[in-house]
Amino acid sequence: MRRKLDLPYVEDDLLAIEPGDEVILSGTLYVGRDQVHKRLFDAINEGRPLPFDFQGNAIYYMGPSPAPDGFVLGAAGPTTSMRMDPFTPLLADHGLKVIVGKGPRTKPVVEAIARTGGLYLQAYGGCGALYSSRILQAETVAYPELGPEALLRLTIHDFPVFCLIDSRGQEYIR
Amino acid sequence: MDAELRIRDALIAAIRKLPDKAERLIHKAAAEETHPSGQLVLNAIEENIRVSAETGLPLCQDTGMFWCLASIGRDSGVSMAKVEDVVIHGAGMAAVEGFYRKSVVCDPVYSRVNTGTNLPPVIVFENIDGSDVVLHFLLKGFGSENCSGVRMLNPTAGEDGVVAAVADIIRIAGGKPCPPVFIGVGIGGTMDRAAVLSKKAFFSSSDDPLAMKILSAVNELGIGPGGLGGRFSALSVSVIEEPTHIAGLPVAVTVNCWADRMAELVFRKGEL
Repeated sequence: MRRKLDLPYVEDDLLAIEPGDEVILSGTLYVGRDQVHKRLFDAINEGRPLPFDFQGNAIYYMGPSPAPDGFVLGAAGPTTSMRMDPFTPLLADHGLKVIVGKGPRTKPVVEAIARTGGLYLQAYGGCGALYSSRILQAETVAYPELGPEALLRLTIHDFPVFCLIDSRGQEYIR
Repeated sequence: MDAELRIRDALIAAIRKLPDKAERLIHKAAAEETHPSGQLVLNAIEENIRVSAETGLPLCQDTGMFWCLASIGRDSGVSMAKVEDVVIHGAGMAAVEGFYRKSVVCDPVYSRVNTGTNLPPVIVFENIDGSDVVLHFLLKGFGSENCSGVRMLNPTAGEDGVVAAVADIIRIAGGKPCPPVFIGVGIGGTMDRAAVLSKKAFFSSSDDPLAMKILSAVNELGIGPGGLGGRFSALSVSVIEEPTHIAGLPVAVTVNCWADRMAELVFRKGEL
């Protein structure tokens, strides 16, 4: 089924979405991948402040190619989620529980999404030009020294993804 | 035209336009896929190809690590050093002028500091007959490369063993390498030689019986586009075989995502 989800989300909006749903995202989406996850994980463990509010916000595993003149970003498709798995449960338990990535997750992540009532959404792999065309704004929030891996805040419109794990921890079966 | 500029232009184009054969296979799969989720993914891929053509944006943000097979004609009079020089300079210009993502780090284990140039390339040299110099490039994204691998089979494993080994590597990869994938298989030699052959295979034909058997076995896995299910887990398999040791049967697999980006340049004698 095709559903819309506005970001930041309200909890009730997450409950309607089920595995196998096509979900069309609009609103604010944060971006972070490997090194950002390591830093957020370390910040929580060391009791340091986080660079953005996890509550109500979603994160997208992505590292864009450079923006040519006249573009907000270059290509901006998802990267493989499983590399973030060691960090995801702790981040989800602190509120970062709605995730956009690509590919399968390990059991602790499925359990964390069920425990926190989050969502795991898959963006279509390799579709960097398509996703770039749905991004209206992009700004760097933290860690600019990471280059293409910096923590970004995007404004997106009609951003198509696919639900793989719902808020009850039910998984998509192909 | 200057060799470096020809290389630059080919590599700028390669991350924006798939080889005709790859594009044909994607459109054929989109027309024939029956799984609704797999169909969604193929629709997105077709739209992505359209947006990339219209905007000039790269197909994928992972514009890859440069991998180059440099085949130098024995009668060309061209040195390895000369080829290395033009490849590095051409690729370096493409990375800047083509808006490649800077995806290469210099120290893989510890600092992982970005080289900032998408260099160095990986270059494999070989000699060929004649006087041409041929450069084959892969733009190797790592969502797929992380799913590549080598299996050292028993010498008696035979065709069934080879088919099962490749299918197992693709099964483990699942949805991670952005299927439907393109598969290069290198068989024989030593462990490292099989790995090189598995990349060289992308530039050879894909219609021998072993390749067709592997393609069938992989598509029976049901991984489907995006790993969401369907008939098309892989679009093409290419195989190269070389002599090996009596005690072994090395099988290497390189996985390319659906964005099967590559370039080929031929320099006639005196052009390089």
